[in-house]
Amino acid sequence: MNKKISNQKAWWFVAPVIVLVAFNAVIPLMTVVNYSVQETFGNNVFFWEGVKWFETVLNSERFHASLGRQMMFTSIILLIEVPLGVAIALTMPKKGVWVSVCLVFMAMPLLIPWNVVGAMWNIFALPDIGLLGRAINALGIDYNFTSQPLSAWFTTILMDVWHWTSLVVLLAYAGLSSIPDAYYQAAKIDGAKPWAVFRYIQLPKMKRVLTIAILLRFMDSFMIYTEPFVLTGGGPGNTTTFLSIDLVKIALGQFDLGPAAAMSLVYFLIVLLVSWLFYTLMMKDEAQ
Amino acid sequence: MRTTARFIPAIYIFLLMTPIYWLINMSFKTTNEILGTFSLWPNEVTFDNYITIFTDPTWYNGYFNSLSYVTINMLISVSVALPAAYAFSRYRFLGDKHLFFWLLTNRMAPPAVFALPFFQLYSAVNLFDTPLAVALAHCLFNIPLAVWILEGFMSGIPKELDETAYVDGYSFPRFFVRIFVPTIASGIGVALFFCFMFSWVELLLAKTLTSVAAKPIAATMTRTASSSGYELGLLAAAGTLTIIPGAFVIYFVRNYIAKGFALGRV
Amino acid sequence: MSKISLKNLRHSYQAEPGPDSEWALNEMSVDWSDGGAYALLGPSGCGKTTLLNIISGLIEPSVGEVWFGDENVTQLPPDQRNIAQVFQFPVVYDTMSVYDNLAFPLRNRQVPEPDVDKKVREIAAMLDLSETLMTRAAGLTADGKQKISLGRGLVRSDVNVIMFDEPLTVIDPHLKWILRSKLKELHQRIKTTMIYVTHDQTEALTIADQVVVMQAGTVVQIGTPVELFERPKHTFVGHFIGSPGMNVLPCQLDNGRPVYGGQTLEIASPISQRANGARLELGVRPEFVQLADAGIPVRITKVSDAGRFNIVDTQHGDDSIKLLVPTGETLPAGTAHLKFDPTHTQVYADDWMIS
Repeated sequence: MNKKISNQKAWWFVAPVIVLVAFNAVIPLMTVVNYSVQETFGNNVFFWEGVKWFETVLNSERFHASLGRQMMFTSIILLIEVPLGVAIALTMPKKGVWVSVCLVFMAMPLLIPWNVVGAMWNIFALPDIGLLGRAINALGIDYNFTSQPLSAWFTTILMDVWHWTSLVVLLAYAGLSSIPDAYYQAAKIDGAKPWAVFRYIQLPKMKRVLTIAILLRFMDSFMIYTEPFVLTGGGPGNTTTFLSIDLVKIALGQFDLGPAAAMSLVYFLIVLLVSWLFYTLMMKDEAQ
Repeated sequence: MRTTARFIPAIYIFLLMTPIYWLINMSFKTTNEILGTFSLWPNEVTFDNYITIFTDPTWYNGYFNSLSYVTINMLISVSVALPAAYAFSRYRFLGDKHLFFWLLTNRMAPPAVFALPFFQLYSAVNLFDTPLAVALAHCLFNIPLAVWILEGFMSGIPKELDETAYVDGYSFPRFFVRIFVPTIASGIGVALFFCFMFSWVELLLAKTLTSVAAKPIAATMTRTASSSGYELGLLAAAGTLTIIPGAFVIYFVRNYIAKGFALGRV
Repeated sequence: MSKISLKNLRHSYQAEPGPDSEWALNEMSVDWSDGGAYALLGPSGCGKTTLLNIISGLIEPSVGEVWFGDENVTQLPPDQRNIAQVFQFPVVYDTMSVYDNLAFPLRNRQVPEPDVDKKVREIAAMLDLSETLMTRAAGLTADGKQKISLGRGLVRSDVNVIMFDEPLTVIDPHLKWILRSKLKELHQRIKTTMIYVTHDQTEALTIADQVVVMQAGTVVQIGTPVELFERPKHTFVGHFIGSPGMNVLPCQLDNGRPVYGGQTLEIASPISQRANGARLELGVRPEFVQLADAGIPVRITKVSDAGRFNIVDTQHGDDSIKLLVPTGETLPAGTAHLKFDPTHTQVYADDWMIS
């Protein structure tokens, strides 16, 4: 299988990519690392602080709280979006014009700027002028996402499900459409029930794309900033202040560069670690 | 059971479209109507919101700004990703695997982490508040993505194609431009699509790196919502307009999306 | 186990087929006797797979009926027809072990576990899969996977027919003949009806007792390999079977005897059927053409070595005639005369043999 030729000159092909990405990744990362170990009182005067900021961040209740909220949010949306996306992909037509129609409409939320998503859901869910807000209150449920934490969480999660389930659908659908007809025919002849078809044919064939879907949804939901910021501003109180929102509050709002930088690094490392673990487990399983 | 299942995609699409409809509905209402009455469609249709956007330079320039940095980003990302993806798909070289993984880790960097350093970096190189700054910043996640997608497409093309071309006397650059690039045209389409998508929807970096001259449309909206009171109709109209380019692009690549996803590469 | 009958079958993939060209299968009635080994032979796109899928129940025919013994199964889904099918590309359940793959059809039918175990081990032994029973099916080679597909059909004791849809396409050439003889041996042992779809004549002729030749949605001939070779009922069969294919030459009829090149040829028995203005041709295989002192004058254009024979291409007017000449026999230079074996010369009207 490995027919690649050894060719060190290939570095020249990759050089432009390395230069551009390094410019964007390495320099800012060094800046962050630099801030994370120093204290400043302005005027570009810095003092060496060692790991003090890391200790502060790791011990701060505020960080624990936003990390907790973040993990809660990510878990909930993964638990909803992945099964829902798979279920919808399973019911999609296999061929014909309806496939294109479905794909075009389903992909639409993915291409709306994230703050527009937030703004759209804001006016959609407002209890006085929004369709959703009105409808829920009309059912006799007291709902106001600007003042009730539970409503705020419900709206944020619903918005994310609305925004991103289609990504899972598209990925799962692509996995499904790569299954040759013969598999379904063989299963029919073998007398397999629909559940067995799902368990032994569809699910195994979707495994790869689903892993990618979960990985992407984990990363992106863990980094979510714009949509909840526009929708709720992190409120009411701090109830929907996720990690990125908190980070921006500290860095740009309070200009506490040291703690913000330390938090950034911890944050980045968590995303990397989880992604890496997930990736390794997936590869190990595939190698079996 | 089978027949009810067939309605699920339709119901799902209906639910997806509801908030979008509400946004469009709002964009045709006057502020008075929005705040005064609750109605499922505009009682008196007004185009004022759209007229404002198309006549006020701060609005329509925002639109152009967004489109220009997205376009620049797509061009840069795909043109540098093409040779790199070719190298990854065809050659073994020192550190290739690590390099590939390092590129992908950049997709995992929270933009919030980089917002402030980016601001300082681009101010230092005098690019602050230009579309180019945003385009370059978006390369952080779009180049790795483009490399990943293109590498997938290229690996699906047999090496014999390259060898045949060399035997026929093609030089490498000529082979690459005349034969290879047309062969993976659909892959390039998919890569362009995803670069468009992620550059168009991102706002945190775009907002951080611009102030007046290169402000993206989406950031202009945020300003409206906060500073000039509650002009919801205008906000809705601007929002509606930002959906259009996306819808347009999806329509054109609809037959390739599934294929791009099928590679399991996004 | 029972006889399979297709009664006035016709199929089109269009909902409301109009002209003949929209029919994937033209009207046919075919009986497959119990325990027979059949090959369904024809070029790609001739409707072989469609016919196979109609028998297995994956496709419901537009017109006509499918009978298994004295039961009309036209409306029955595949799992109730008790059939087995091996597909072109191996279908295995990747996540299961070889054992679970083989047990799958039985477990789906709620067979008690001890019986499942007994049957699976028996079949695995028959297919030389005992060694790999507990490994993941995904890791097997293509021929191993095809054996599993076949095994899933064999484990069920009640199968009416096992169908093979070009099952050796993805198998390495040197393994093909091993699997082929394995199949032959299995058929001898279990005596289940077998229908084997292929476009490869060697495969069809070695595996089957009866070969069904199809072309453009029509069954053109059913017969033993020898019958197909010696008395092709349709010029297509003449072309498709045999290498090189049959010589087909335009002719006229005179008193029931074909006239070609101005000469009246001898045949086994004079033609009594009337041709009624149809296009007439005579067919003779290269094996049954000989060089002679007198007969049809031809020009020798090419001689190619095919091992024990030389294939000699000759030209008579605009027609080319091939013949086989044993290697070592000296060939006349430039021109020669040909003679056709009267018992193996057939006459065709509009491509169908007349007698």
